[in-house]
This record gives sequence, structure tokens and C-alpha cells, in this order.
Amino acid sequence: MDAVVVSGLEKTYGKDVRALDGMTFSIPEGQVFGLLGPNGAGKSTTVRILVTLTRPDGGTATVAGHDLAREPDAVRRAIGYVPQASGVDREATGRENLVLQGRLQGMRNADTDRRAGELLELFSLDEKANALVRTYSGGQKRRLDVAMGLMHRPQVLFLDEPTTGLDPEARAAMWDELARLAAAEQLTILLTTHYLEEADRLAERVAIVSRGKVVVEGAPDALKRDLRGELVTVDLGSSASDGAAKVVEALPGIDDVLAEGQRLFARVDQGAQAVPAILGALDGAGFPVAAVTVSRPSLDDVYLHYTGREFRSDDEAGK
Amino acid sequence: MNAVGQTLVLFRRVMRNLSRQPIWIGFMLVQPMFWLLLYSQLFRRITDLHGFGTVSYVDYLTPGIAIMTAFFSGSWAGMGMIEDLDRGVIERFLTTPALRSAIVWGRIVQSGFVSTLQALVVLLVGLALGAGNGGVLGWLVILAASGLIGAGLAGFSNGIALLTRREESMIAVANFISLPLLFFSSILIARSLIPGWMRGASLANPVEWAVRAARWHVLPGTSWGQIGLYLGLLVVFTAATGLFATRCFSAYQRTL
Ligand SMILES: Nc1ncnc2c1ncn2[C@@H]1O[C@H](COP(=O)(O)OP(=O)(O)OP(=O)(O)O)[C@@H](O)[C@H]1O
Ligand SMILES: [Mg+2]
Repeated sequence: MDAVVVSGLEKTYGKDVRALDGMTFSIPEGQVFGLLGPNGAGKSTTVRILVTLTRPDGGTATVAGHDLAREPDAVRRAIGYVPQASGVDREATGRENLVLQGRLQGMRNADTDRRAGELLELFSLDEKANALVRTYSGGQKRRLDVAMGLMHRPQVLFLDEPTTGLDPEARAAMWDELARLAAAEQLTILLTTHYLEEADRLAERVAIVSRGKVVVEGAPDALKRDLRGELVTVDLGSSASDGAAKVVEALPGIDDVLAEGQRLFARVDQGAQAVPAILGALDGAGFPVAAVTVSRPSLDDVYLHYTGREFRSDDEAGK
Repeated sequence: MNAVGQTLVLFRRVMRNLSRQPIWIGFMLVQPMFWLLLYSQLFRRITDLHGFGTVSYVDYLTPGIAIMTAFFSGSWAGMGMIEDLDRGVIERFLTTPALRSAIVWGRIVQSGFVSTLQALVVLLVGLALGAGNGGVLGWLVILAASGLIGAGLAGFSNGIALLTRREESMIAVANFISLPLLFFSSILIARSLIPGWMRGASLANPVEWAVRAARWHVLPGTSWGQIGLYLGLLVVFTAATGLFATRCFSAYQRTL
């Protein structure tokens, strides 16, 4: 059975901000699913709808078998939610926050206390357990956010950018913890992220979203495999890349060419063979080249390929 | 957990957070004392005018100061709600099965509780200044009227907080709507000294209901039936503003 089924969700803010435009995907039980996309793509809006905060203008969704519109309370009992911006009470201790969360989810007293202790230990917060959250570091606070989402042992966990603001070490630790949880607890996880590496590392399946809908969906490896060849990135130093793109496009054996500011991206079968030809052609046309790199496909490239843009903001791109 | 259980859990949360602000506690207790001392000096001779049913202005003033303190506590109660909104705490609550009404009532009960405590401080200071305030029954009525008006105004204030969501807007609305309630009442002045049309208008004023109930012992001819009526009206007022605030929650959520 699918733990999350999202079908044609639509949401417009104000008159013309189309945040969701037919968002559709589903997540089998026990899977870690990544929603990947630039700023403003509609990731948080999707999550906020699924956790019953925001009402969609159109479309339907079920979470843990419950229809969002008809049984919101059943959905609320089944889910944990870690918002993009923390929602913990800064004037309370970590433990008090967890206990209150458990109480509001209807847990019994004794169970609440036990579970709070368990999670504080799991997320290495025991030392800070009885300190006000106001005194926590960013990383400690983020770990508490995740612990809050897990407090009542939900079936489905929604993580909206769980590692944003963490240093690389804390991020790696969080990844380990989340990977372990996903494996051990048969938890279904919907994760949104900007970090392609994060999706690659944690998610069994990802959906790349842009402008409120899914542009491509699949296992990270399969998505990468679908991209033939290699990516050549040319840094043109000071000159704009539009003219250079035309020069490179004319060469044989070049699949996709994309110009972005002073940079040029070209998809080729064999990087080693294509680079001399590209450099020769650019030199001949009078474009000085500052640097060239060749890379194997990454999720970045998948992203680039399917959205026609580098990994950056939809908000910016719209302007 | 049922509605009452949830309300208590959320009430305890706001009380706990409040109790961690020593400055606030000091202020909460000192402010009513200060008012009582100030006004009792300022207006010492005002009872020479006719219209006061008692010789001691302190006796006349104590219930008024208790209600005024509750008035301010209640009117500003929405500030805490705005802080919770800003910090994402309310959104987190909304993703749990907790009742919206319990989130609102936790704060309403808090405001009623704090107002009652403050009224107790006023009564004790009044006692030190020689005002008996009608003995045990008088104290109970004053405490109940203070608690109820504090709670009722808190419901209103929390509703406005949910609608405006900004501190500045909330302050503007609270001032615009609440302050007239204060001035259209006989908190600081004898009823008979208020112009007739204002006296008529004040009959529809919950603050005036609270003042009248609280001041029964100094005003000759106030019957228990009237006190019961005023306290009953205050209960209805509190229930109505609580309902209003819960409605505002739905309006708030529609904008998310
Ligand atoms: N409450 C709101 N009012 C108005 N517009 C909104 C609101 N919330 C989101 N939007 C708009 O909807 C679009 C999608 O926003 P959303 O927050 O879902 O993006 P996102 O993919 O989560 O971006 P990010 O990676 O920056 O978190 C954006 O254009 C955003 O400006
Ligand atoms: Mg977001």
C-alpha cells in the first residue's frame, strides 16, 4: 500500500503565484522519498498541505490511508512534521518540548516521559535536555526538531530541509541517524532538500520538482544512468556565453548545450575526445576560455537536464 | 485527551513560560500596588464630592483597580499568541490532533488566573491601607469579577492577534476597541458623576459589569440578584470571546 498518494494538487497564493500546478506522486510504505527542487519550486507548499496546515485549491491526497480533506485528525495522528523553520518553544527545555508534543498527540504520561528520554539520548541531547531551547546551538535545535517529529512514533515523517543550516559534520551525522531510522522503524519519510547529495544519500526515490510539478521521478541511480555520457563545463572568464553556445552547438557529437552567464554546459559522449574540439572551436571564434571541467553525471546533471537550468531559484528564474 | 485535559496542558505551558520571566512577575505584582497607592493619594479628597456611597476612597478604589489591572492583562493577552505564531509554535500545534479551542482556552484560562492573582494583590494592599472590601464575600466577588473580565478580554485579544498577526496592528486594534471600554466605565469615578448618556452606554460594557459586581459592597442598594446577573453576563462574555477566538483560528488557517 502507498503511505502517501498525491494527485493533482494545486495551490495559488494571491492572484497569480502558482505554487503548485498539478503536483502528483506517491510513496510506498517504508520508503524514503526525496522532493528535490530549487527555491520556490513548491516543496514546502506540498509538505504543508500534506501535514494539514494549508488547504489545496484543487487535487486530492491521502496520508497513511486517510483522506486529507475528510479525516484531517486521523492524518495528524499518523504523521510527524519537521518544518523548514523550527517550531519549538524557545522558552521551554528540550524535554518539556518533547513531553508537550507527546501529550498533544495523546500519549500516556509514563510513555511520554520514557520516549522523551529515549529521543534525547538518540539525538545526543541528553546534556542539554533540561536547558532552555533558547540556549541551543543551531545543530542542537535542528536535532530537537527531528526528535519532536518522531515523538509519537508516527507512520509517516515529513522532513522539510532537515539539514539546512547544519555544518558538514552535523549534516553527515544527521544523515546517518535518518538512514538508520528509516531502516529500523519501517518509517515512510518524505524529505525535501536542496542538497542533491542528501537526496542521493538518503532517498530510495526522488522526484525533481519545478514550478509546482514533478518533472522527473525515479531512483537516483536510474536517473543518473538515463543520462548518457559526460558533462563538459566551460568557464569563459569574462565574456557572455550565449554566442559561444552557438559555436559549440555546431560541433558534431554534442547533445545538449546550455549557456548560463559566463558558463557553458555541454553533454557529450566522451569528454576526453570532445574537449579539444570544443576548445579549438571556441578559440577559433575568439572566445577566451578560463577553465574546463569534465564530470560524470550526478543528480545535479539530472536536474540540469530535466529543468534546463542549473540548480537555482525558480523565484529568480521567473524574473 | 479530552478538551479540558488539552486546555490544562496548554495552560500549564503558558504559565510555566511566564514563571520564567522574573521581571514580568515583578511587574505584574508591583503595577497594581503602584496604581492603588498612586490613585489613593491623587484622589484622596474626591469623596468629598457627593455621589460616593462610602467615605473611604480606598474602599471605593480597590475593586476598580483590581478590574483595571485585569483589563490590561486581558487586553494584551494576544501578544503571547503573536509570539507563538511568529515562532512557528502554533503551526506545530495545528499539525497535532490538539483542538483549536484548547489552544485558545489555554491562554484565556491563563489570563483569568493571572488577573485573579493580581486582584488578590490589590486586595491585600487595600487591606493594608484600611479597606475591608466587604469581607470574605466581597473578596470572592472581586476575585471572580477580575478573573472573568481578564479572561473575557483575553479571548477577544487572542482573536484579534490571530486576525492581525502583527504586534503593531494588534496594539492599534486593542487600543481602538478596548480603551473606550475602560473610559465608558465607572472604574475611577462615581457613577452618578458620569453624564447620563455615557451612563446608559456603559450598561452594554463588560468592563462596567465587572466594576459593578466588584463594587457591590460600597454601593448601597446593590442586590445579590444584580451581582449574579453581572457575573453571569461576564461568563457569557467570556464564552462568546472564546468562541470568537476559536473562529479566528479557522480564519487564520485559511490564509496559510
Ligand atoms: N504564504 C504564502 N503566501 C504567498 N506566497 C507563498 C506563500 N508560501 C509560498 N508562497 C510562494 O509559493 C511558491 C512556492 O513556495 P514553497 O515555499 O513551496 O517553495 P520551496 O520549494 O519550499 O522553496 P524553498 O526551497 O525556498 O524552501 C513560491 O513562489 C513562494 O513565494
Ligand atoms: Mg521550502
